[in-house]
Formats: sequence, C-alpha cells, structure tokens
Amino acid sequence: MTATATRSSVPADPMVPRRYVITHVRQDTRDTFTLLLDPADGQPAIQFRAGQFTMLHAFGVGEVPISISGDPSDPAPLEHTIRNVGAVTRALVEASPGTEVGVRGPFGTSWDVDDATGHDVVFVTGGIGLAPLRPAILDVLAHRDDYGKVLLLYGSRTPDDILYGHEMHRWADLNDVNVQMTVDNAPYGYKGKVGFVTELVTKAGFDPRNAFAFVCGPEVMMRAAATALNGRGVPKSKIRLSMERSMKCGVGLCGHCQLRELFVCVDGPVLDFARLEPLMNVREL
Amino acid sequence: MDDIRILEPEGLDALIAALHERGYRVVGPTVRGDAIVTGDIYAASDLPQGVGDTQQAGAYRLRRRDDDAYFGFADPAQSTKPVFFPAEEVVWRGRRDEGHFTVERDAPKDQAVALLGVRSCDLRAVQIHDAVLADRPFHDAHYVARRDGTFTVAVACGEPATTCFCASMGTGPRPAATNEQTGEPAYDLLLTEVMAPEHRFVLEVGTERGREVADAFDTTRAGQEAQQEAIAVSDAAAARQTRGINTDTIHDVLRASAESPRWDDVASRCLACTNCTLVCPTCFCTTIQDTSDLAGDNAERHRVWDSCFSESFSYIHGGPLRGDVKARYRQWITHKLSSWQDQFGMLGCVGCGRCIAWCPVGIDITEEAAALGRMATAAGAAS
Ligand SMILES: Cc1cc2nc3c(=O)[nH]c(=O)nc-3n(C[C@H](O)[C@H](O)[C@H](O)COP(=O)(O)OP(=O)(O)OC[C@H]3O[C@@H](n4cnc5c(N)ncnc54)[C@H](O)[C@@H]3O)c2cc1C
Ligand code: SF4
Ligand code: SF4
Ligand code: FES
Repeated sequence: MTATATRSSVPADPMVPRRYVITHVRQDTRDTFTLLLDPADGQPAIQFRAGQFTMLHAFGVGEVPISISGDPSDPAPLEHTIRNVGAVTRALVEASPGTEVGVRGPFGTSWDVDDATGHDVVFVTGGIGLAPLRPAILDVLAHRDDYGKVLLLYGSRTPDDILYGHEMHRWADLNDVNVQMTVDNAPYGYKGKVGFVTELVTKAGFDPRNAFAFVCGPEVMMRAAATALNGRGVPKSKIRLSMERSMKCGVGLCGHCQLRELFVCVDGPVLDFARLEPLMNVREL
Repeated sequence: MDDIRILEPEGLDALIAALHERGYRVVGPTVRGDAIVTGDIYAASDLPQGVGDTQQAGAYRLRRRDDDAYFGFADPAQSTKPVFFPAEEVVWRGRRDEGHFTVERDAPKDQAVALLGVRSCDLRAVQIHDAVLADRPFHDAHYVARRDGTFTVAVACGEPATTCFCASMGTGPRPAATNEQTGEPAYDLLLTEVMAPEHRFVLEVGTERGREVADAFDTTRAGQEAQQEAIAVSDAAAARQTRGINTDTIHDVLRASAESPRWDDVASRCLACTNCTLVCPTCFCTTIQDTSDLAGDNAERHRVWDSCFSESFSYIHGGPLRGDVKARYRQWITHKLSSWQDQFGMLGCVGCGRCIAWCPVGIDITEEAAALGRMATAAGAAS
C-alpha cells in the first residue's frame, strides 16, 4: 500500500436543509399561526413520529426548532404551529404562501403513545404546548378503542389564547375525550374555569394506577403537573414531558441543548419524569 | 508493529519532504509571535527548534533552550483543533431568486493533512473529536471531510509543563499505539526526541503506510533498546508531573456535587471569559450566525465556536437558562469530567493544562476537581 493523500467521497451533510414551500398560513390566536408546507424539491414529504421536531429556516434570518403539529398518519402537508416570540418565529409566521423555507429533520424522540395502550391517557398542556401534543392526541384518537379514558387538561393565559378551540370541542363531542380548560386570567364575566392547569390534574377523574400522562408546556408547569400526577399515584416512568432547550443544530453536534448527560435534541425532547426529575430539581442545571 | 529506527535530526527535512511528495498539507508546531501555535510546516526550520515554554496557572511564556531540541516544549498554545474544526466556517451559502432559494456548500479542500509532531494529549483530543463529530448518527460533514486521510506523525512528550497532567488522565506523555475506542492504530509514525548522549530521534512505525513513508528517507534500523530508551524519556516526563485528577472517582464526585458550595467559591473568581473553552482541544460547542446582504437575497450560515461560559449559550425565548456564572462553571467541569463519560464512554479532558495556563485568574481544573472531591467526601461522611 502506498501512502498518498487520497480521500473518500464527501458524506451527506445533516446541516443542509430541504426546501419546502408554504402553501397555507392559518391564524390560530393573536400570536400563533399554523403553517402548511409542501416539499419544493419534488421529493415526498418527510415521515415523522408524534413528538418529533424539525429545524425550520427562514431565509437569511435564522433557524429554530419547531415541533410538527400535524397528523403522523397523514404527513402531507407538513404542519407546524408557531408562536411569534422573536426574530425567526416572526419571519416564519409573517411569510406569505408561496415563500420557501428550509426544513431539516424530523429529529428527536417520540411520545410513543402506543406504550399507553390499555391505560387511561391524560394529556396535560398549556398555551402553545398543545401543538407538540396534537400528533399524539390524533394518534390516540385514531385508535380510540385501545385506550381507557382520554383526558385533555388545558391551561391558557386568557380565553383569547386558547389554541385549537374548535378542534378540542370536536374531540370532546365525537371522540369521547374529557376536555377540561382553565385560564390564568379571565375578563369580567368569563364563565369558564379560572386557575392553573395543575389544579385540574389534582381533581380530574382517571385511574392513576393505570394511567399514562403526556405533558407539554413551560418547564415550571410541567414540573408542577408531573409532581401532581405522581402524587396521585401515576408512576414517574409513565409521565412523559417534552423539554425545551436552546438548539442550534438539532442533531447532537452544537452542544447547546445539553442537560447534564443528555443532548435534548437527540435523547429528547420527549423524556420520562423518572429520568428528568432529578435534573429538573437542580436550579440552572 | 515491530519496526524501530533511528532518525538523525538532519533527516527531519527528508521526512517532511516525503509527506509533501505524497500530497499532504503538513501541519505542526511553529512559533508565531510570543507563542507556539499549530501551522503549516514546509521544512524543519519552521519547527520551534531551541524554543521551550514555561507554563503555570495564568501564565504562558516562551524561553530559549540551551540545546537544539525541535520538540523541547510542552504543548503548543493552540492545539490541532482548528486544523479539522476551524473557529469559523460556512455551513452553506444560499441565494434567493423570486421566492425560490438554492443552497450551496463550499467544496472541502482537496488535500489531506499530515500532522507532524502532534503530542499525545492532542492526539487523544483528535480521537475524542472523532467520537464526538464523526462517529455519531449525525456527523459534522466538514470535519469528516477534513479528517479524511490524515497521516499522523506523533511525538512522545519529554518536556511537560507544570500545568500538564496527562499521566493521571492516561492520555500521555507517550501515546497509546491504538485508539482505545476504535481499535485503530493511533499514529502512522511516532517520534521520540532523545537529547543525550547525542541528539537523535527514535522512530517507531505504527502502520503499513507509515512504513512506506519511513522507507522514503534515511534511517538506521534499531532494536528494542532504542524503544526502551524512548519509553524512558516519556517515563521521566510522567514522573515530573505534579498535577493530577483521580479518574476513578471524578465521574461520581461531579454527579454528587450539583449543589456543592464550591460553585459559589469558584464563581467568585471566574470571569466567564471563555478562554478555557477556546484553548481546550476537546471543546466542540458551536453556534450559528446568519448573515445576509441588504436586499436579503444572498445569505450565509456560519458555524462558529461557542462556549458554555457565555450567557447567550443557554438562551431560549425569555432568557438564559444558566444566568449565574456558577451554573456555567458547573456545566463546564461537569461536562469535561463526568457527563462526557456518559455521552461518549470517555472523559472529555486530556490533561493538556491549557485551561490552567490561559485562565486570566489561574483557576485550575485539577484543584477544583480535588476540592469538589474533598467536599463530596466530607458531605458523604456527615450524612
Ligand atoms: C424541541 C422544541 C420544540 C419546539 N416546538 C415549538 C412549537 O411547536 N411551536 C413554537 O411556537 N415554538 C416551539 N419551540 C420554541 C421555539 O423554538 C422558540 O420559540 C424559537 O426558537 C424562538 O426563536 P425566535 O428567533 O423567534 O426568538 P428569539 O427569542 O429572538 O430567539 C432566537 C434565537 O436567537 C438567540 N437569541 C435571541 N436573543 C438573544 C439574546 N438576547 N441573547 C442570546 N441569544 C439570543 C437564541 O439563541 C434563540 O434561540 C420549540 C422549541 C424546542 C426546543
Ligand atoms: S479541560 Fe483543560 S486540561 Fe483538560 S483538555 Fe481541556 S484545556 Fe486541556
Ligand atoms: S465544556 Fe462547555 S464548551 Fe466545552 S464541550 Fe462542554 S459544554 Fe461545550
Ligand atoms: S441542538 Fe445542537 S446538540 Fe442538541
């Protein structure tokens, strides 16, 4: 063998996005919009599992992790529900149909709702947190008979911030879902429940010994909800949470999303409370 | 591989030429300004001949040696990290035209690298980067392309600085012949510089392609005694190291130390300047910077080194998750000496000592590790 500086071929680069075109933008609330996307490169749309996210790129502005909010059994068009909170999310929600965006992924772990077969299923969520849970809810409802009671406990800041309101009513009416809503702040005359979503957890009717919970929302809310669920007897290993961290790559390379030994982008975002609790209990870990 | 030879110092030029002839870009230690850095080597005269270094907590200085040693310093101020993993690079360039955009990657430079005179600690750091950036479900494609076909001429260390602690980390001063994770040969050629009774190199061949290169220049065959002589150089270097970390216990010590009072102590000294992560040969964290022209039709994404010491590192909408410096120091040392083990099956520190020398206030990773260990033991005994 002769030593020469020969090299093998260049491998595919996980940092290079696919082009998708925005086909429809739907305004859900004051600051939250759902984008429907179709591939612009002629290739089939990506398949995904409920709970996974993509890295969405607004040309020239930046790239952010956004969960896929569509139906995993019907992945086209690709659906994302985005709350406008800063530079990139604003560029995405303000883009008009026809605009191309970059998509990398899908990345990360799934809610794996199948594991809850035969259990009562409790979805606990607040605000935009319903979007990452929606694929899991649709999956459960597509196999409704495989599960016991299905509960959706939803909290939002104000009545105007309630996401997918019509759809939640449909789930309640047609799919035997026990939907309970609460708002943090209510205007004068509001007839619904006022208070935090954790208060719903303590009172909701399900069998804690045979329940599986899926929780998505701000970290303080998830910790309180998971603690309350566990307090009622739901095992920590049957409580799953979706973690949010800074993510620059989505594929385990940039280091930003680390939570002690976890790369939240590849080991998560969905993780169980048995694993997360000791990490969530340390401030600023 | 039992192929041991003697290379006269005058023969270094022929070794370098043999690498160039085979198409390699030869990279090694060279003096730039007041420091030894890693740069292009065209001839032996580019090496820091007769230059030594003095390193201690918070200080790095070059000095003139009283001999002509080529590798008579501890480790270069900057490791080989930027050779395969530059501080900044273009991930892709995009052009937008009537709503459509196209994405282009820069083609990798079509020249493989020969590392000349890479230290045992830095060689291990390259292996660690291979595990982090290449041998993963998703890889850094630019790194993989740059690393492809690398030829390695390692140097066994004979001159540790006071900051070095590779012996305790099991990463030096003499490099292991195989990469513990992959089982692959760690180097193609290994040099040990011997100064007495006369100046020469013991050259050990590690691979077939190493043999092919070694056959291209003048050497004399030698036997086991020459290898013993080389080992004695590194053994003496190991014996001179005074710093160390207890690798048997450190993983669990840090696991148990999340709420240690030591973090307040170290945070009162740490400036969060990010120096330690920038000089560290294993730190791999990066961020992305997006740029575009005024019209917004041409955009570039740049991948740049980042540091867990910067406040923006953990930023999500609403604020940084590690606002306190103590949380950032905890992340750094816990990652290096504990969670890296869980992630990659190895520690993330090779004991090169750079973070100690380049810390403006002289914070010492070995001292912090020892203090955390003492406090964890005391807390364990008290409870
Ligand atoms: C797995 C995952 C799934 C998610 N799913 C959804 C979803 O389905 N829907 C949704 O709406 N959101 C979701 N998010 C949150 C979403 O990614 C963030 O809201 C989004 O990244 C905000 O980006 P921005 O540019 O709009 O806002 P900005 O707040 O401007 O932040 C943009 C980025 O720029 C950097 N940055 C901005 N300002 C600063 C500063 N002052 N200092 C340092 N750095 C700064 C940060 O690194 C930040 O990530 C998800 C997040 C994760 C991790
Ligand atoms: S942590 Fe310090 S001693 Fe360890 S490899 Fe990095 S710079 Fe070297
Ligand atoms: S120590 Fe900090 S900068 Fe270095 S690899 Fe770990 S998280 Fe990244
Ligand atoms: S987002 Fe880059 S490592 Fe997880």
